[in-house]
Amino acid sequence: MADEITLEVARFRPGEDTEPVLQSYQVPLREQWAVLDGLSYIKDHLDGTLSFRWSCRMGICGSCGMTVNGDPQLSCATFLTDYAPGPIRIEPLHNFPVIRDLVVDIGDFMDKLPTVKPWLVRDVHSPLEEGEYLQTPEQLEDYQQFSMCINCMLCYSACPVYALDQDFIGPAAIALAQRYNLDSRDEGADERLAVLSSPEGIWSCTFVGECSAACPKGVDPAGAIQRYKLTAATQAIKGLLMPRSRR
Amino acid sequence: MYQRPVHLFWWIERRSYLLFVLRELSSVFVAWTVVYLLLLVNAVSDGPASYQRFLDRGGEWWMVAINVIAMLFLLLHVVTWFGLAPRAMVIKVRGSRVPPRQIVAAHYLAWLVLSAIVAWLVLR
Repeated sequence: MADEITLEVARFRPGEDTEPVLQSYQVPLREQWAVLDGLSYIKDHLDGTLSFRWSCRMGICGSCGMTVNGDPQLSCATFLTDYAPGPIRIEPLHNFPVIRDLVVDIGDFMDKLPTVKPWLVRDVHSPLEEGEYLQTPEQLEDYQQFSMCINCMLCYSACPVYALDQDFIGPAAIALAQRYNLDSRDEGADERLAVLSSPEGIWSCTFVGECSAACPKGVDPAGAIQRYKLTAATQAIKGLLMPRSRR
Repeated sequence: MYQRPVHLFWWIERRSYLLFVLRELSSVFVAWTVVYLLLLVNAVSDGPASYQRFLDRGGEWWMVAINVIAMLFLLLHVVTWFGLAPRAMVIKVRGSRVPPRQIVAAHYLAWLVLSAIVAWLVLR
């Protein structure tokens, strides 16, 4: 195995560059090193001006999403040796404005997320003395997969619909809405319906499926969206047939 | 900030994007097939001479070519649609989730049964 591998890193320095340019760095090729370790090596030993986000280094915080050889990946969970002999091209996540180098602006997602109310909504909160809202393992299983989302944005980066139409609420936000809709303790499905079934919601999705392929946590946002399409369509028909009944 | 432009041929960047665009395009051929079937029904209802004219036109090389392409797209549409069905349909029987394979199999079975009924109606 070679001792080193080349990382071609997209650099974008606002005020200096009009578009990102690739800069090559030689980093040690170590079996246990992820792409993030390679970037940290550059930052610490070769070029302190390189900017990128990271935090936990263990695939939980969702900060270090980048485009590695064209695919959206968590750079802490993508190993250098899998790309040997290289070079490895590292770019910022696609579909987001680039602030600097590998740092993207995720403000759009942060604005959209609260619109789907990703928290437990209750009509009436029971008093604390009554204890927790209980749930069976089967009820937990109904939504557990969707609760694994770490907001890493890889799904937005993989989604061509979001690339073409930035009004689309997007895969993670809809999957997170479904996470609460399918929770037996939640009563907020009606409140989420208007946003989710708007033209910018589920109906924008054309089921490319790349969000689920990109998801590092097996959330399957595409599946969540299609399931909700079925729910919304069923409710619309029910509403037509039985206009007076509560949804 | 820098916003990466989406170029016109974004859909040939990845195999999955290309397959997706072809699947979307297949809707045009689904619509064409519906129109062609309606034209057939119309020709049949107008009498034998009209039906014969329809058959003659249907036998022309360019019409055969269109319909062969339409059939390929219809197959793509059906196969991909059925393959995706279990992602949208979560069916529970006595508390446990029906495996995705069984949902796909049920779709193919329904397709077979419906095709057999249509074939029986046409050929009897």
